[in-house]
Amino acid sequence: MRVALFATCYNDTVWPQTPQAVVTVLERLGCTVEFPLGQTCCGQMLTNTGYGREALPLVERFADVFEGYDAVVAPSGSCVGSVRHQHATVARRCGQHALAERATARARTVFELSEFLVDVLGVTDVGAAFPHRVTYHPTCHSLRMLGVGDRPLRLLRAVRGIDLVELPAAEECCGFGGTFAVKNAAVSVAMGADKARHVRETGAEVLVAGDNSCLAHIGGLLGRQRAGVRVMHLAEVLAATEEVAA
Amino acid sequence: MPAFPTAARRALDDAQLRRNLHHATHTIRAKRARAVAEVDQWERLRSNGAAIKDHTLTHLDTYLTQLEESLTRAGASVHWARDAEEANRIVTGLVRATGTDEVVKVKSMATQEIELNQALEQAGIRAWETDLAELIVQLGHDQPSHILVPAIHRNRAEIREIFLREMGQVGVGAPADLTSEPARLAEAARGHLREKFLRAKVAVCGANFAVAQTGTLVVVESEGNGRMCLTLPETLIAVVGIEKVVPTFADLDVFLQLLPRSSTGERMNPYTSMWTGVTPGDGPQAVHVVLLDNGRTDALADDLGRQALRCIRCSACLNVCPVYERVGGHAYGSVYPGPIGAVLNPLIRGTTSAVDRALPSASSLCGACFDACPVRIEIPDLLVRLRTRVVDEKRGGLPTPEALAMKATAWTLASPARLEGAQRVSALAGRALRGRERIGRLPGPLAAWSDARDAPVPAPETFRSWWKRERGER
Repeated sequence: MRVALFATCYNDTVWPQTPQAVVTVLERLGCTVEFPLGQTCCGQMLTNTGYGREALPLVERFADVFEGYDAVVAPSGSCVGSVRHQHATVARRCGQHALAERATARARTVFELSEFLVDVLGVTDVGAAFPHRVTYHPTCHSLRMLGVGDRPLRLLRAVRGIDLVELPAAEECCGFGGTFAVKNAAVSVAMGADKARHVRETGAEVLVAGDNSCLAHIGGLLGRQRAGVRVMHLAEVLAATEEVAA
Repeated sequence: MPAFPTAARRALDDAQLRRNLHHATHTIRAKRARAVAEVDQWERLRSNGAAIKDHTLTHLDTYLTQLEESLTRAGASVHWARDAEEANRIVTGLVRATGTDEVVKVKSMATQEIELNQALEQAGIRAWETDLAELIVQLGHDQPSHILVPAIHRNRAEIREIFLREMGQVGVGAPADLTSEPARLAEAARGHLREKFLRAKVAVCGANFAVAQTGTLVVVESEGNGRMCLTLPETLIAVVGIEKVVPTFADLDVFLQLLPRSSTGERMNPYTSMWTGVTPGDGPQAVHVVLLDNGRTDALADDLGRQALRCIRCSACLNVCPVYERVGGHAYGSVYPGPIGAVLNPLIRGTTSAVDRALPSASSLCGACFDACPVRIEIPDLLVRLRTRVVDEKRGGLPTPEALAMKATAWTLASPARLEGAQRVSALAGRALRGRERIGRLPGPLAAWSDARDAPVPAPETFRSWWKRERGER
């Protein structure tokens, strides 16, 4: 299957190991992965902060760049949520009705990584090995905007050697929320502090999630506390093999 | 009243408040989840509730006219109030005409919204709140912090102190040996309120629903204090938001299932009082209904925002909201706090004040509020819509630092070449900081991030550049 990778702007820039891991996993499962170089960003930060007009060129770029692919895969529930639920609305609100229709059509081809693996490829065992104590945070947009359900957990349970422990109050928001983390920093940190406490309660070595933005927030708090808990994107755990783990 | 970020920061410093809020919201959240799980077709019920409300709001003129006719036919007098001032003037006039200088009140969000108690006080009329939590708030010279549980921010010890200190000043005092046991506190409130119920000639209430077909007003409550007010006084004045109308009596079937389960986590609320105009020799012999707009038609004119008028004031969104849980209701600067307040207030009050402009950003957009809402109000979408409105209203003037930053970001992201340019800077920083796992402190506006959180070190090589190196330009 010919798959386009949407790396997302922040993964491309700050966490390149995450899209690299997506390439590893998809190729291991027999996909042909392409990375259209015209891609930049889904525009979510702009849209959610109220700058829909500024996000419009990004909506148009996304619709253009990913035209013609059967499937587009992104390692971010949040960015996929924006493409799926906001792109057409942004276009419509700016009076771009033809673009809104193209965005709606494009949205049907875009998948968050766990959705793509489980629903499109029909795989839960991706041949990974990760002999560590891990806990999983279901990020809000994956959980509620996309409804990925237990797909990430099914993928993680099939990883060899993993010791997967349940995170208390897992479904509560970590407090990142994009620009909320800066505009209402005090509340954001208060929410994140509770999340970090729950993570520490599990005794896990690694906190896993499907969004590096939430992980940067929780990991930033854990780091300041010198908690000794690593954060890792789901894709990186799924890309790990016995050779790497050893 | 400071805008949300400042008010929230202050609330966060109050450890007792945070403990009270955490305990109360988690208790009621769990109770609601159990009550909702019992209903096989909850999702269908939610959709039905939303559909009835949407239909009514689309034909609001028709149903309001019908309601007025039904009420008048049943012997009630109908008054229309464009805004808070007009509503307060009407109610004050009606109370004065009875020759009394005090009223008992049923818990009502509409009268809180228009600040009726203050208006009555200025006219020399004392208004006594009879809902237990509202009584605690009133005696404590405080503001409500929650729609359903106005005194959610108070614990039992604080309530005991308020009762001992304040009750005697305005009526029957609390027993000197009062403890903070709930039964004893309720007993003190009962003794205090009974005198007021038996003396009052006029009661003021709101309505959870108003049935257009029959002219029936509905109040649901837990304590029975409302029913005392609805039956004992000679005159009853109801202040009812125009969005409270439902077309038929049969529609109540849906809402009387949705409301108690979402609100108190009960299958059925303990008291449901319904009355239709005046019945000679039974209950109040003069019934006035003030139909209140106060910005509701402005919300109605907003094609996306009008769904906020579906709200049945159950407060389920407050109880599941992680932001509300940390800061409580006062930080929202309104009687409608939490997620629904963050959308409803800017819709009905507009976005001219700093408080109302900050409200749409008082959310992490986690979406828990939508999942809990019994009438499917898409609160996260509305928040984004209102943020857009706030930004759009500022266009054309001097750009804010935020607008400049967003426009610069948009410009950078508009082309892969520009993004790569920015990434080169970031990768350079990544190389300079190589070996460090995290960054401790950031300069300028990013300090809001790094005050409590480490920042990630940017990668020395971007994915894009890795891909080109490994896989070529394609």
